[in-house]
Amino acid sequence: MKKKYLAIPYVVWMAIFVIVPLCLVVGYSLVNPEGQLTLENFKALTQYWTVFATSFRLAIIATAVCLLIGYPIAYWISREGPGVKRIAMIAMMLPMWMNFLLRTYAWMSLLENTGIINTLLANLGVFKLINAVFGTELTYFPMINTPGAVVLGMVYNYLPFMILPIYTVIDKIDTRVIEAAEDLGANGVQVFRKIIFPLSLPGVLSGITMVFIPSVSTFAISKLLGGGMTLLLGDLIEMQFYGNAYNPYLGSAISLVMMVIVLICMAVMNHFGEGEEGAVYF
Amino acid sequence: MKKVFLFALSLTLLLSLTACGGGSSTTNGEVNVYNWGEYIDEDLLEEFEEETGIKVNYTTYSDNESMYSTLKNGSAEYDVIIPSDYMISRLIEEDMLETIDFDNVPNFANIDDDYKNLDYDPTNEYSVPYMWGVVGIVYNTTMVDYTPTSWDVLWDEDLSGQILMFDNSRDAIGIALKSLGYSYNTTDEAEIIEAVDKLIEQKPLVQAYVMDQIFDKMEAGEAAVGPYYAGDAITMISENPDLAFVFPEEGSNYYVDAMCIPKGAANKENAEAFINFMCEPEVMAANAEEIYYSTPSSAAKELLEDELKDSDIAYPAQEVMDKAEVYVNLPQTVLDLYDEEWIRLKAA
Repeated sequence: MKKKYLAIPYVVWMAIFVIVPLCLVVGYSLVNPEGQLTLENFKALTQYWTVFATSFRLAIIATAVCLLIGYPIAYWISREGPGVKRIAMIAMMLPMWMNFLLRTYAWMSLLENTGIINTLLANLGVFKLINAVFGTELTYFPMINTPGAVVLGMVYNYLPFMILPIYTVIDKIDTRVIEAAEDLGANGVQVFRKIIFPLSLPGVLSGITMVFIPSVSTFAISKLLGGGMTLLLGDLIEMQFYGNAYNPYLGSAISLVMMVIVLICMAVMNHFGEGEEGAVYF
Repeated sequence: MKKVFLFALSLTLLLSLTACGGGSSTTNGEVNVYNWGEYIDEDLLEEFEEETGIKVNYTTYSDNESMYSTLKNGSAEYDVIIPSDYMISRLIEEDMLETIDFDNVPNFANIDDDYKNLDYDPTNEYSVPYMWGVVGIVYNTTMVDYTPTSWDVLWDEDLSGQILMFDNSRDAIGIALKSLGYSYNTTDEAEIIEAVDKLIEQKPLVQAYVMDQIFDKMEAGEAAVGPYYAGDAITMISENPDLAFVFPEEGSNYYVDAMCIPKGAANKENAEAFINFMCEPEVMAANAEEIYYSTPSSAAKELLEDELKDSDIAYPAQEVMDKAEVYVNLPQTVLDLYDEEWIRLKAA
């Protein structure tokens, strides 16, 4: 009974910084600048469906790439001894000690047309070779200010959030379960497909959630690496608050719709995930 | 033990809350200055503190619109703000500024008459000019093989992928309007839409939409051409001598940033003391030499180093000034249209 009191600061914190702001967002999205109740804000945001589409498309790509890269890494780390595990964890956490904006700025100077990668390739004679073979006139690879660069920025920044939960889950799988499968004649592929992968699904699901949500709402990455050429939902919302017209009402409506869509996606996915898990146990 | 822990936790929470609350309250010996980023010689703040004993709390914003949002939200208290012309008229219209007691600002006499009673504050009750300048085109002479004379250089297909553009709707749409021969301040919906169509046409050629990032990109030779403010252009040229700056013949934007006191400022007299300090000729000159923007005081201009004083970027020829147009505040419906059209461009 006493232990419950320990949660009070957290509950107060949640109430002040999560529940109240959420109520404000809902409240703002339902009124117009004159303070009257209206659904105009939601009607107005239908014209921005392309921005929604772009944001979700890029976030889905980034999440998929994170999963494809992150899962094997998480699996590999969890199979290694404690020494390698520790080093791998440090290597992953170390960059996160730096602010993510700074790291994104660093990517700018890597990817620019006169940036480090292109300069290196030019000095190695790569462009001369390509030009000689294909008869082109390349002097650099255009990398920055493309949607690809935005996805790269998302993957780079959010990859640890995919690896960590998957690693934690795989690491906790009881080795006896795997041994049992092997004793019963399963080969390596079968063990992975029938035992490890299904058991790691909760980690995959939380990884997807933790990558997808910040990706879909980011605005700094698209501004820095996308050169302002790719408008994402985060940019659109920021514009409502810091743009010309100062329209926090529309901004709140966009945020609310985004949250609802994300919630629906997550619910659908969790449902699907539960089904998989169930199949393992019964 | 648990109780001690709980007590400690709630105490920290309480402390952090009161700390948040305490941040916005002020005592008598302070002035809260809210300025553009990189827009002051910060040594002057210390000088002011020594001279008057008033403590300066200095914070910055990146553009007029975010400054406006902060004021509007009432999330922080400021005593001195330095918005641009059109934003000042908007703030006056919305009754968000205090009138300045000019008895407390005797140094206002140092400001040239050309910069008094301008359109944004016709009776000059609310603002004291800080700096001014004209928008023009920065270009890299090694990458652009002719001398641009017109905004059209920003639509030059030979420079595809080398062009930078303003990342704020007023400046970007303004350039398109001007290159079509319209006014910066048009309220005609068709003209604004035509301008944005022209920007959509330009988008495939644009490398990036930027604000402060233009410094790095122009200085490093990453981009060939981009429009920006004259004072900042001088900074860029001093970093990379290959760069040059021109005023387009179609005419350009002439802007004045002025010091104002927001409504309900807690330290109005300190704010006036600060404004007065910033109008001393030596101070204005030191400031102009640091940020390279143009000073509205000929007394201060006389004190500048020759190179800056004679610079025709900082102090353009009369024919440039004749063609330059000041932004005025646009009606809310047009501002809404600007936002919608800007998103149409960005999402295109």
